[in-house]
Amino acid sequence: MAILAGKKVIIIGDRDGIPGPAIEECAKSAGAEVVFSSTECFV
Amino acid sequence: MDLENQKRVLALTEEHGAENIVVLLGASEGEASGLAAETVTNGDPTFAGPLTGVQLGLSVFHVCEEEIKSEVDPAVYDEQCGMMEMVMDIDDIAGEMSSIRADFCKYL
Amino acid sequence: MKTVIKGAGYILAHTPDMVLHNGTTQTTERIVNPDSEYLKQLPNHLRDWNTVLAYWPNQVYIGNKTPDELAAIPQPWFEQTCDVNARYGKYGQMMPQEEFLLLMQAVDVFDLVKLEKSFVAEHKAAFAANEMIDETIVARVKDGIEGEEIARLVNEEHSEPLYHHNVLVGCVNRAHDIDVNLSSHVMHENMVSKASSVLALLSALKNAGVAKEDVEYVVDCCEEACGDMNQRGGGNFAKATAEIAGLVNATGSDVRGFCAGPAHALIDAASLVAAGTFKCVVVTAGGCTAKLGMNGKDHVKKGMPIPEDMIGGFAVVLTADDGVSPEVNLQIVGRHTVGTGSAPQAVIQSLVTEALDRNGLKITDIDKFAPEMQNPDCTKPAGAGDVPLANYKMIAALAVKRGEIGRADIASFAEKYGLPGWAPTQGHIPSGVPSIGYFVDEIKAGRLNKCMIIGKGSLFLGRMTNLFDGASFVIQPNSGPEAPAGVSEDEVKKMIAKAMREFAASLLAAEE
Repeated sequence: MAILAGKKVIIIGDRDGIPGPAIEECAKSAGAEVVFSSTECFV
Repeated sequence: MDLENQKRVLALTEEHGAENIVVLLGASEGEASGLAAETVTNGDPTFAGPLTGVQLGLSVFHVCEEEIKSEVDPAVYDEQCGMMEMVMDIDDIAGEMSSIRADFCKYL
Repeated sequence: MKTVIKGAGYILAHTPDMVLHNGTTQTTERIVNPDSEYLKQLPNHLRDWNTVLAYWPNQVYIGNKTPDELAAIPQPWFEQTCDVNARYGKYGQMMPQEEFLLLMQAVDVFDLVKLEKSFVAEHKAAFAANEMIDETIVARVKDGIEGEEIARLVNEEHSEPLYHHNVLVGCVNRAHDIDVNLSSHVMHENMVSKASSVLALLSALKNAGVAKEDVEYVVDCCEEACGDMNQRGGGNFAKATAEIAGLVNATGSDVRGFCAGPAHALIDAASLVAAGTFKCVVVTAGGCTAKLGMNGKDHVKKGMPIPEDMIGGFAVVLTADDGVSPEVNLQIVGRHTVGTGSAPQAVIQSLVTEALDRNGLKITDIDKFAPEMQNPDCTKPAGAGDVPLANYKMIAALAVKRGEIGRADIASFAEKYGLPGWAPTQGHIPSGVPSIGYFVDEIKAGRLNKCMIIGKGSLFLGRMTNLFDGASFVIQPNSGPEAPAGVSEDEVKKMIAKAMREFAASLLAAEE
């Protein structure tokens, strides 16, 4: 069963890894609904 | 994890139901990925945020894990994450993530 | 007209008590978890003055050691003792907390910073002896007030306490009873920023050999906001700093962009000089109390000292061409645009290769890249990795994709085209700019040619946009005298004659 398709996705991206909006694009392409997207910063 | 982000995770889980939620992370390292994953499954390990002591057990993955990558449109994945695959230690991240999921995830 | 970099100043202030009382990781913890184990253990992890003096990254920051020397030192650097422990360096200095508190009082123009009498008496001589502090600034130091009055202000008037070695030695008062933007917390934060900016600016002018009265414009690029409840970010740190530094002929303004602020400010400043608007512009920024001990929980958990105990400051002096100093190449300017997006690959392309492509250059045509120069001692234990190294890997990966280097060269790319990170995690302070002093020296010595400064900023933290940001530019050797601009009188005459002939010919053609 697919992990993402039809699910509500919460995104916690990272400024020095993969930022939120980039993960959003990936999740949407897999058929997920993005309900929250944020990017964290440790520096 | 940032306190506001923890608050949002809690509120959205209550709104949509934990079984319907998937959390996707983009942390740059295994340890940071593990800490974020722990926060949304077993509670905030730093005892600072709204998820302290809250065991949501959410389904959580790093966007660069194979399980997620295989579901994403390859062209989109390459554009958004392709280069960072060369930069980050994906094996280390995947190792941390699967161990947290095995211990705390309730919806797999 | 060309813009050259005349010199730069870099300063650090050691503020261990502010780690405890003003860093947001600690102030947050005190609210949500006042009895936490972390808060109990933290004081035991603070470094003393001698330790910060002999800390390798600090000695690189003030210019007594080079980034190349640092690269040869095994990490983590907090386990190593630098063989140089001088407080003054080629680019600036490290200032101990007691002197910095006096400097905060000296830069205050609204009678908000109060120091205890005996504390002032004990440290005023050392403050006056500081190489960068002239008599006009020393004259601003007040005798101080009684300790009981300071305690009363803290307990009854919401004043922000100032501690030295855990003893209450002063406070910063609120500048308004109701206005949150003039609260004691904000005034403290802004006063620290201003004080460290003043010190950096004075150091930069000395290093550049530029007289105070020759500065026409100052650009501040820190990440604080000064204003009141009617205009929260009204400004202007730049002019406030210039006033204390004695730059009587300067005005200025503030440029903001999170950690990308300095790169934007330097491009602005270089353009102002290149356009002939001003002949001498200084870009300056003080440091940030909020970020002190930002990753402290991880540092304490791992049993290491708190490396985020230094307030940073930097300033760069830009002038019209002097025929000698390295120049800012305003043709090779990179920028992250609204349309760039957030994919790391797109970000690094916009900042690095897009600008190079426009100028027919390859990644390998740049000798050294200076992206975010955060000290890995701060970030690695916190799970944020080695930030400059990650940036070099991204640039290298891009170079592989473009066929400019082989895949096998990725591993050695950072060593060849990069520098290790040595700057404290003070947001805008590490953002490319710590390398400018070193680049200027190396370019002048003929050891480096083109060097790229890259600033990146997390705009999304302000919750006004989800966008990222960044800007970059290149510093290169002075290219010598420019060809005279414009057109000579002779050429103008020839052009008019040619136009007249063509006009006459067209009239004849029309008649036929």
